[in-house]
Amino acid sequence: MAQVLVVVDAVPGPESSGGVVRKAYLELLTLARRLGDPVAVVFGSPEGADAPAALAEHGAVEVVLVGGSDVTDHLVAPKSEVLAQLVAERSPAAVLMPSTPEGKEVAGRLAIRSGSGLVTDAVDVTLEGDQVVATKSVFAGSYTTRCAVTHGTPLVAVKPNSVAPEPAPAAGTVTTLTPSVSEQAKGARIVERTDKAATGRPDLAEASVVVSGGRGTDGDFSAVEALADALGGAVGASRAAVDAGWYPHSNQVGQTGKTVSPQLYVAAGISGAIQHKAGMQTSKVVVAINKDEEAPIFEMADFGVVGDLATVLPAVTDEVARRKG
Amino acid sequence: MKIVVCVKHVPDAQSDRGFAADTTTDREAVDGLLSELDEYAVEEAVRLKEAGEDVEVIALTIGPADARDALKKALQMGADGAVHVSDDGVHGSDAVGTSLVLAKALEHTGFDLVVTGMASTDGGMGVVPAMVAERLGLPQVTYAAEVTLSGGTGGTVRIRRDGDASTETIEATLPALVSVTDQINEPRYPSFKGIMAAKKKPVEELTLADIGVEAAEVGLDGAWSRALQADARPPKAAGTVVVDSGDGAAQLVDFLASARLV
Repeated sequence: MAQVLVVVDAVPGPESSGGVVRKAYLELLTLARRLGDPVAVVFGSPEGADAPAALAEHGAVEVVLVGGSDVTDHLVAPKSEVLAQLVAERSPAAVLMPSTPEGKEVAGRLAIRSGSGLVTDAVDVTLEGDQVVATKSVFAGSYTTRCAVTHGTPLVAVKPNSVAPEPAPAAGTVTTLTPSVSEQAKGARIVERTDKAATGRPDLAEASVVVSGGRGTDGDFSAVEALADALGGAVGASRAAVDAGWYPHSNQVGQTGKTVSPQLYVAAGISGAIQHKAGMQTSKVVVAINKDEEAPIFEMADFGVVGDLATVLPAVTDEVARRKG
Repeated sequence: MKIVVCVKHVPDAQSDRGFAADTTTDREAVDGLLSELDEYAVEEAVRLKEAGEDVEVIALTIGPADARDALKKALQMGADGAVHVSDDGVHGSDAVGTSLVLAKALEHTGFDLVVTGMASTDGGMGVVPAMVAERLGLPQVTYAAEVTLSGGTGGTVRIRRDGDASTETIEATLPALVSVTDQINEPRYPSFKGIMAAKKKPVEELTLADIGVEAAEVGLDGAWSRALQADARPPKAAGTVVVDSGDGAAQLVDFLASARLV
């Protein structure tokens, strides 16, 4: 069976929390198994010796560890260069990567380098005959498209939470690759990196529960955070809340922030403008709390409460805690 | 020093966007405008011009006749000139084809720095900046929340990038490509003076042949990926909405429990 390359990024930085094998990669392996034998290509040094084992547990027949400062100290281009070499050597049936800003850029450069078409923001990948078909949601969720690559090796960037990861133990033979990267690919140099303090909450893009606050919070996110913690979820914010300086941009859900598709999305004090909808419309269940019964968010909510979030949210948090015992 | 800012004319996100019969984005049925995310790129290019000496800003777009509106806005905001690649052969191009036309047009105009937005608001892939950089062999310093230039032509561009886990400073030697986020600045509204001045600014019209692109390399037939099918999403079934009269929270948690979410 043909190989399918799965790009795993363990380089510290915007797309990685620093080395653990995140759920998004296990999801990619699960999808890759539909297309061929998954080969995990791991950039950077995953902390903990059990990272290859976790990848093998989820179906990686081989784990290629790509290390070295050429890859970790420069943006995007070295990874694309290494992947282009692997694509040329192995003629894979497809290459899957996470649909994050960095994952998509790696795919973009790889597309040009390897003469391959690219689909980003996929929420499903299937094999139809011998064609790889990716499904995506576009125009703020108003359309679903099915797309195929018609030239070269199909490159598909897949959004987190698109599939439930399924264990399927495979050999996971570890090989180590120390690549020679061209000078041209090392043009963008990371000269300084300051890590942010960890919040202890799950990653927004990957979380199965997201609780978001908007203008209706009046700048006080404590009730939003408390409910997120009670549900084991991540905290999101609308653009209005971020623009007001109430919450960091890295938590923004929407067209110009993160796109999330959790099992449960709670929108508190968010009107539901198109800009916000674009970031959360693929959520499985949407719950809205808003004082304004005319707010567009109620049109897409599975359950809505017209009320003051300052009283409703803490009551929900207490009730969740009580039922959990 | 020459800065070229790439802009896109997109269907207004506030309107009912859809697809034409050939599964390309319908650009006829709804009004278009300069992509909101590109306003930040134009603003940043103009600020770099204002902060520097002898800096020229050129706005570049690809698209049908209407796309000229996007260039007009860029000129009103302070770009010095514009380049419009307009050719029927471009219709239906994917990101790969778009990046080829942009790269060839950039070679035609010449540049020290290319500035783009972080993504378009229609296709929204966010891959064209990386593809253009790859085609031109340029360093890409993308998702900038702050841009500083030093040393003029052949000098250095330095950006700050705010990620989830860290903040990074990234540097590259010019020529280079920078993409900017919506956090970088507050785009200006064109002033009356800017609007009047824009009328006199030059707009160069180019065809694919002018920049050395074969029609077969781009457009729907030259695309390396395509939409097989585009379906309007069925309207979501109306959910339950209750008015809180003291037990709203309990009802909400009952719903979560029935959906096995708590």
